[in-house]
Amino acid sequence: MMNNSRMGLGSVVVATVRRELLLAFRSPGDVINPLMFFIIAVTLFPLGGGADSAFLSGIASGVIWVTTLLAIMFSMESLFRADYEDGSLEQLLMSPQPLYFLLLAKVLSHWLIACLPILILAPVFAVMLAMPVAGILPLILGLLAGTPILCLLGAIGMALTVGLSRSGLLLAVLILPLYIPVLVFGTGMVSAALDSLPYTGLLALMGAMLVLAICLSPLAIAAALRISVN
Amino acid sequence: MLEGQGLFCERDDRVLFQHLDFSLSAGQVMQIQGSNGSGKTTLLRILCGLNTDYEGEILWNKQPIRKVRTEFRDTVFFLGHAPAINKSLSPTENLRWFCASRGVSDNGNIPAALATFGLAGYEDVPCYVMSAGQQRRVSLARMKLIAAKMWILDEPFTALDKRGVAELETMLATFVKEGGALMLTTHHPLQLQCPVEVLDLDRSNDEADSS
Repeated sequence: MMNNSRMGLGSVVVATVRRELLLAFRSPGDVINPLMFFIIAVTLFPLGGGADSAFLSGIASGVIWVTTLLAIMFSMESLFRADYEDGSLEQLLMSPQPLYFLLLAKVLSHWLIACLPILILAPVFAVMLAMPVAGILPLILGLLAGTPILCLLGAIGMALTVGLSRSGLLLAVLILPLYIPVLVFGTGMVSAALDSLPYTGLLALMGAMLVLAICLSPLAIAAALRISVN
Repeated sequence: MLEGQGLFCERDDRVLFQHLDFSLSAGQVMQIQGSNGSGKTTLLRILCGLNTDYEGEILWNKQPIRKVRTEFRDTVFFLGHAPAINKSLSPTENLRWFCASRGVSDNGNIPAALATFGLAGYEDVPCYVMSAGQQRRVSLARMKLIAAKMWILDEPFTALDKRGVAELETMLATFVKEGGALMLTTHHPLQLQCPVEVLDLDRSNDEADSS
């Protein structure tokens, strides 16, 4: 029998992220679908609500936040589904490595795949929706802190429902209520900035929520996955 | 090494097994027998910690398995029904991540492991172009990459051709002779070059019913 040399936890995380990015590269739908949803849904608002820039600038931050939130929710489906169906999830749960970091790596990759492109495009669409320049920085900072929270919370919901064949609606019912604080603080930051008020307090709250989500949600995801494979 | 004491499991109000005792030590083979639906896979999943709906005690090296789960996972290789192979990735990519997810480096052994299972030349082909038998071989190649002391295999011979079956049997016998413990389910008549203990789930249930 041979001897294996051990890898550090860092390399385990890097290898997991690499695998997920490779998978996203092989099936680009996971990257393109949330992005296309975001682009199309945001574009529909000026078409439906009229191109009046005063009206648009009033709803701009809300539109971008809500569409991002929905895009993330729809993208969650791809997080554990394939692994559950082909048995990789069982192997992951049988790994002697701490599941906490393996799951954190998976959610991080998901954020890179599904959220980062949206984050990059968000300022462009904010300008399209006639958002004043003062609102763009808080929008980006809010999305930067908020989207990882949405991914982590969504992963809990997905882990709970991965064993069900049609989990779409149930997932929405489970996680949308949890998304509300992020949405409230995120849009609150933009409106504070537009009223020339400081928004750093709200950003700090969002950061605190992010830290809390990073610390606790992998535990919840792990527990939910163990229930789902049972 | 692995012991079960008074295991009981019921599913959908049907008792799968009860008062089940067994013990498996290094260098031993245990084959779990039973008709379809008798709970073979459930038993293996319970032992692996994937299924927690059971009563009774499972001991790993004389200690309750709940307390030594990480050590247990570190030394056990489990092959389930599903191949655990992502079809968009090549065998090399699949195996590399399998090793990494367990925290061991593959040391460049992947081509050799694939070659053992007759997959030389298929290292970088996406798995979706491979046949079910070849995917099974990729899945089996994992046991060559980690230094496990115990193999828990659920129907390892599924989808393999005759030669594949013979080669796998030789490999299993070698593993056991080198001091490994092997627990498996199979409907295929085993021809191992070593004694095989049989744990019959149908019988354990009948005895319990008549007593």
